Amino acid sequence: MEQKKKTIYCDNAATTRVLPEIAAEVTEILTSSYGNPSGLHSVSREAKEILASSRKRIADVLGCEANEIYFTGGGSEGDNWAIKGACEALSKKGKHIITSKIEHPAVLNTLKALKKQGFEITYLDVYENGIVRVEDLENAMRDDTILVCIMMANNEIGTVQPIKELAAAAKKRGALFFTDAVQAVGHIDVDLRDLGVDMLSFSGHKIHAPKGIGALYIKNGTRIGNLIDGGGQERKKRGGTENVAGAAALARAVEYMCAGEGKAKREEILNIRNTLIDKLLSIPYTRLNGDREKRLPGNLNISFEFIEGESLIMWLDIMGVCASTGSACSTASLDPSHVLLAIGLPHEIAHGSLRLTLDVENTMEQTEEIYAIVKNAVERLRMMSPLYEKVLKGE
Amino acid sequence: MYTEKVMDHFMNPRNVGEIENADGVGEVGNAKCGDIMKIYLKIDNDIITDVKFKTFGCGAAIATSSIATELIKGKSVKEAITLTNRAVVEALDGLPPQKVHCSVLAEEAVKSAVSDYYKKIGREIDFDIGCDGCCESCSKEH
Repeated sequence: MEQKKKTIYCDNAATTRVLPEIAAEVTEILTSSYGNPSGLHSVSREAKEILASSRKRIADVLGCEANEIYFTGGGSEGDNWAIKGACEALSKKGKHIITSKIEHPAVLNTLKALKKQGFEITYLDVYENGIVRVEDLENAMRDDTILVCIMMANNEIGTVQPIKELAAAAKKRGALFFTDAVQAVGHIDVDLRDLGVDMLSFSGHKIHAPKGIGALYIKNGTRIGNLIDGGGQERKKRGGTENVAGAAALARAVEYMCAGEGKAKREEILNIRNTLIDKLLSIPYTRLNGDREKRLPGNLNISFEFIEGESLIMWLDIMGVCASTGSACSTASLDPSHVLLAIGLPHEIAHGSLRLTLDVENTMEQTEEIYAIVKNAVERLRMMSPLYEKVLKGE
Repeated sequence: MYTEKVMDHFMNPRNVGEIENADGVGEVGNAKCGDIMKIYLKIDNDIITDVKFKTFGCGAAIATSSIATELIKGKSVKEAITLTNRAVVEALDGLPPQKVHCSVLAEEAVKSAVSDYYKKIGREIDFDIGCDGCCESCSKEH
């Protein structure tokens, strides 16, 4: 057995390492500024100030008002709240919702739950490049369409949707527009003054803050039901004592990834990613999934024919590369990733997909090593694949 | 999620390959579902003298194929067809519940190869192979 080398982490779309300075700030707040922001005394006031300034810092970077940022427990919570909250507020107006076929399960399963309550859902195609067409949305809009939810960037194939145009199409017909921007914030420019969306959710742990903190942007004037009825926190919409340390961590992470050093590294990450794509595509019987240009700078999703993704991930893990796959074999289901099927991949090719998601800590030097490890693993698995055997024999 | 035995058979699979002019070849599963196992048998006087496999599938599929070949090597074909998926799971010190179907596939690959041998020598196939190439038929056992 080959020796395990130093880990190369390439699964940043799953989660990221908390930045040491953010972890230090969290510890400091948890141990020193631990007050309940609703209280009146000095310790509480300190916490309240941290909460308020965190909200303001996030709003400043994203281009909105501070009171339009609502802290949540993360991306799935924001998705659930935006969709269910909007439906609760607007169900008298209509019961039609439009989404795309490649949304995150937090959106798809929320919509599935609403369908059971009598809402009607239209799923837009994404075509081979993994991108929604604005005219498809225009054609799908109806008088009773109350909400359009389309993700800003896909978590599996990294494709970036034309959110500004899609939001305009929804607004034109009087529907609310919500975008799940969990994969987008920090990785591509997100300017709320320009986007025209009504709601946008994002999460801390995808941008080097801890798990358990996120935010939902709700444009002032948007009608949306409360998430948690409680003690009046988050403008009475999401009760519960606030995660002050998490809010500060999120603010720091947003500044770092959307405006600071993290943003400055986007170009470099893109170069590393492109180098890696070219190297990996030099392996025969391989294809890139999703549009090459309109995608997140750190995302790479490639299918290797004749092998299955889980075994590939296992080999990469043994060799020290952390990655993920859209194969069914990591779940109890028989179907591979709904995203890969939506872009038209046959099941057997979707089973052989590899996702590498690079971020600020990846380097150009790693590309040769990652390539060598992936190539070796692919060759090894192909040599034991009966499908590859047929290809070699020309069957 | 996998036992040390599974990891060992995944990393160092036994009997990978093909046998030229094999006396029995069995292939079960299909690419759509993400699992195909192919087993080759060399048989002398009803004794399995050599066995090789090729598998397209997850780590558990590779490990179950590998251990199944070990379990039947040197055995008679009659013994080989009594190999159960349970025995395959036990030999690997267990499999996660969602991977038990891989052991079913291993059992069926062996039976399929033996049935091919029976066909070739004109012997009546007096056992059920199981896999018909459609994953839905065994998905209930997940």
